[in-house]
Amino acid sequence: MKARFWGVRGSIASPGPKTVRYGGNTTCIEIETDAGDVIIIDAGTGIFPLAQSLLRRLPVKCSVFITHTHWDHIQGLPFFIPFFIPKNEISIYGAFDPVASQPIKDILNRQMEYCYFPVREGELKAEITYTNLRERETIEAGSARVTSILMNHPVLDFGYLVECDGKRLFFTGDNEPLYNIYSPDDDYYEEYETLIEMKNKLFIDFVRGVDVLIADSAYTSEEYPAKKGWGHGTFDSCIKLAEEAGVKSLYLTHHEPTRGDDALDVIYSGLQEKYAGPLEFRIASEGLEIEV
Amino acid sequence: MKISQQDIVHLVEKMPAFPKTVHRVIELTSDMNCNPKDLVELIEHDPVMVMNILRLVNSAYFGLAQPITSVNHAVVYIGLNTVKNVALSTATIGVLPKRNEAGFDMEAFLLHSLSTATIARMMAKRMKVPSKDLFDYFLAGLMHDFGKIVFANFMPHEFKIALKIAKENSIHLYEAENEIFDINHAQVGSLLGEKWQLPQSLVDSLKCHHSHKEGKSQIIDVVSAADQITKELKFGYSGENLLEALPAIITKQFGKDINAIVTDLGDVNTEIDNARIFISS
Ligand SMILES: [Zn+2]
Ligand SMILES: [Zn+2]
Repeated sequence: MKARFWGVRGSIASPGPKTVRYGGNTTCIEIETDAGDVIIIDAGTGIFPLAQSLLRRLPVKCSVFITHTHWDHIQGLPFFIPFFIPKNEISIYGAFDPVASQPIKDILNRQMEYCYFPVREGELKAEITYTNLRERETIEAGSARVTSILMNHPVLDFGYLVECDGKRLFFTGDNEPLYNIYSPDDDYYEEYETLIEMKNKLFIDFVRGVDVLIADSAYTSEEYPAKKGWGHGTFDSCIKLAEEAGVKSLYLTHHEPTRGDDALDVIYSGLQEKYAGPLEFRIASEGLEIEV
Repeated sequence: MKISQQDIVHLVEKMPAFPKTVHRVIELTSDMNCNPKDLVELIEHDPVMVMNILRLVNSAYFGLAQPITSVNHAVVYIGLNTVKNVALSTATIGVLPKRNEAGFDMEAFLLHSLSTATIARMMAKRMKVPSKDLFDYFLAGLMHDFGKIVFANFMPHEFKIALKIAKENSIHLYEAENEIFDINHAQVGSLLGEKWQLPQSLVDSLKCHHSHKEGKSQIIDVVSAADQITKELKFGYSGENLLEALPAIITKQFGKDINAIVTDLGDVNTEIDNARIFISS
């Protein structure tokens, strides 16, 4: 299978002279299996140029997996042109919202309400289905199998494991490594530590040995303390995860909107010096295509 | 008056939490940087908040492989902000009135629940239960009488009669409830626990704290004993006026005399005072 990055920014789209090389669109990843099945993970603004490319392959039959419903991961969805064309079949998957008790369909459709968008969901011409995913539920998307796992973010967030053609790819969605909310002298410290270990172990087992890991590395380790609890990882935490899970190659994504191309280059060379081990890693850029 | 199981489940989904927790949750969550420890501590001292969080995380929407057994567990699993927002949406339902038409004092009830929880945890600690499991005892103690909140809040007139019958005829409150509702608070609690797939140890102590087979479950034995001690020491009031015999495992460990047990546990009063800050006024 192939994976293509259509959006690698976090938070907000950030076009401009400083983001020309890595790209300014927000999260969207396309996976194309050898049989030609199309799986899209997240619908940030990067889904718009992806949609243009799909128009050459009508009718479109694809599966869209939403990691979570923060703006930068769903904002492009109303502009997903295949929605407007009859005979296209689009299956959308994501988590149920436990706070408002709303299915994924309702959360996404609110973006297309009168105040926000000129066309209502009900007017779309394609055949669209919505599925609320449970954790660890596996969906057969054409020749691929996609399985969800809960990550750590300020809203329910699924990481997705895509398995196809004998290869495995995992995308974290937005994710902050778990940390103990207690200090060592608190009563609950140990209990919490045990809970974290348990969840981490389940997670590492889940992603162990994947061919490609795509991970949220919004911050540098220096920036992180001021952003603790915001739900994102660091370059270092992603590399640590990749090493622990024995993955073959790592792609770092969800770049800060204020981080220009040159700054990303500087970070990358710093990382290359720091991590000379066997792990292959790269900073993801818009337009990058990888053969898994 | 017979109430259907479906009605009960439906009612409790919209049950407000205790006033102090509601106010504090609103206060805490208005600060973007609120301390997660404070939020967890607050939630786990309110039976309604706990019920709501555990109900959600153990629901089919998540379909988690193992049950989530504590608020901290929920935070690790679904994230702090989701737990925070669930607490906030519970808070927006309103507050459990301090006084209801059943004449059942909710503050005294909450003190009874918190005291049972606190004493159960102290006893478990004394019995060398590993520290990671101590909270299960606290939780089982906190929740054991949950069914009474349902009666007091949603069927106050009938519950008033049950309270009166229990007192006048010197029978257990659950016996009076059986007469009036054809179901008692232990059954209501366990019905909810089962419906919402709460952890088995919690369901068991909701269900069996008045009808346990001794020695079958240490948590139930400890909660049942803590319940008696709380009543004897008059920490709060749960509408029950009769004491039950202490389970054998407890008397074997601590002796038969409640006062001796209390002495053995150490400073119960200070521990209970720490819990009082979660109750209004
Ligand atoms: Zn994001
Ligand atoms: Zn996000």
